[in-house]
Amino acid sequence: MDLAFIAEVFPKLLAGLPLTLSLAVLSLSGGAVLALMLSGLRASSWLGAQFANFYVYIFRGTPLLIQIFLIYYGLAQFPALRHSLLWPLLREPYVCAVLALMLNDAAYTSEILRGGLRAVSSGAIEAAKVAGMSRPTMLRRIVLPLAFRQALPAYGAEVTSMVKATSLASVVTLMEVTGLARAEVSQSYRAIEVFLCAAVIYLVLVTLITRLVHWLEARLSTHRSPALDRSPA
Amino acid sequence: MGEAFTLLGFGPEGWGHALLTAGLTTLAVSACAFACGLVLGTLCAWAKIAGPPVLRRAADIYGVVLRGIPDLLVIYLFYFGGRQLVTTIANQFGHTGPVEISGFVAGSLAIGLISGAAQAEVLRGAFHAIPPGTLEAARVTGMRRWTMFRRIIAPQALRTALPGLGNQWQSVIKESALVSVTGLVETLRAVSVAANSTELPFLFFLAGGAIYLAITTVSGLVFRIAEWRAMRGQPAMRVGG
Repeated sequence: MDLAFIAEVFPKLLAGLPLTLSLAVLSLSGGAVLALMLSGLRASSWLGAQFANFYVYIFRGTPLLIQIFLIYYGLAQFPALRHSLLWPLLREPYVCAVLALMLNDAAYTSEILRGGLRAVSSGAIEAAKVAGMSRPTMLRRIVLPLAFRQALPAYGAEVTSMVKATSLASVVTLMEVTGLARAEVSQSYRAIEVFLCAAVIYLVLVTLITRLVHWLEARLSTHRSPALDRSPA
Repeated sequence: MGEAFTLLGFGPEGWGHALLTAGLTTLAVSACAFACGLVLGTLCAWAKIAGPPVLRRAADIYGVVLRGIPDLLVIYLFYFGGRQLVTTIANQFGHTGPVEISGFVAGSLAIGLISGAAQAEVLRGAFHAIPPGTLEAARVTGMRRWTMFRRIIAPQALRTALPGLGNQWQSVIKESALVSVTGLVETLRAVSVAANSTELPFLFFLAGGAIYLAITTVSGLVFRIAEWRAMRGQPAMRVGG
């Protein structure tokens, strides 16, 4: 291992970290909003539920990379779209990558949310109803917080998998960490050193996120902590 | 519409044959990768359950590292890194110039390595779901370790592990699309080539998506049937297990 070379490459790759993070944050927040909308749709009507199921089936049944290609290369097939006002946006690889990641994340997140919602006990809902809460208040105060806590471990895994998935944006020319690594390798031909450096960056990032989620889990389940178990009920 | 059918069909103008071969290549890469993962996963699960501390630690580190690195990067490491390694070694022995390595082999190994980390967790969970009484009974009747593994542990653990392994197979199929970066002509690569030469990218990427969807749907059904068969004669499923 050539330490001087690694010390030279590492900062170069770190320069891609802001782009990696912005891709992840944008697509996760967009995906979360879409997932909430899908859950609403699922609860609204039979047809809505069928649509939500179909959406999830399509996006979970195909590779993310083909979804990115379909949006980035595929949309150019339609002249009407190419001449529309949206084209300057849809031509951008950044926009396409975020769009694909977001749509993909929504499918997975809505399934996680579904699991979380199912775990909300009917007792809690009954209690809220008996206390005279309106439906929105009940959602905001009882159902969503309980579902969120329940879904947190699975959602944490989804967050890390999205952070990793941003590496696919490099395939449509975006210069995030993986893209920079790829460019560096084509110059230096030292694939092992460069890709290992990139791997370390992702590994640290993912470890930090995992820690954060664990901390959040512990914080949000104080009612299960041993200190409280001992107190009289 | 008619043009689309001609292009996707099996006629002289059509890409049908190319796409079918590519779909089979996707299946072959996925199968090899899944098998690699199953072997690695079994070894790691064993190391975590009953291995010596050093191996247990190694298995843990392997899991954490592979779960923290993007799949694409692992494939790059195997393909380009492997080429670098093989070239360096070959040059030591007097060979000159770069040595090409197979995208199929590098890709299967890379995805196998990724999947192995996840399969280890599935198998470990399945082992812990085995009623301890059956293990004790096997020990008491004097079964040897291998017999016990073959007759008592494997059949019970595999039954519980089936849904988890099914999920893993689905992820492996989707990850196999990444092997296209090595130039291996699997589904994604084939539809990219077709999209380029026909200038109908939407049509062909959609067709590619349909191929993956067909594969994941059919294998989902196969796994569900397998689960149902494995559960025959079992008392009603324990909820939440």
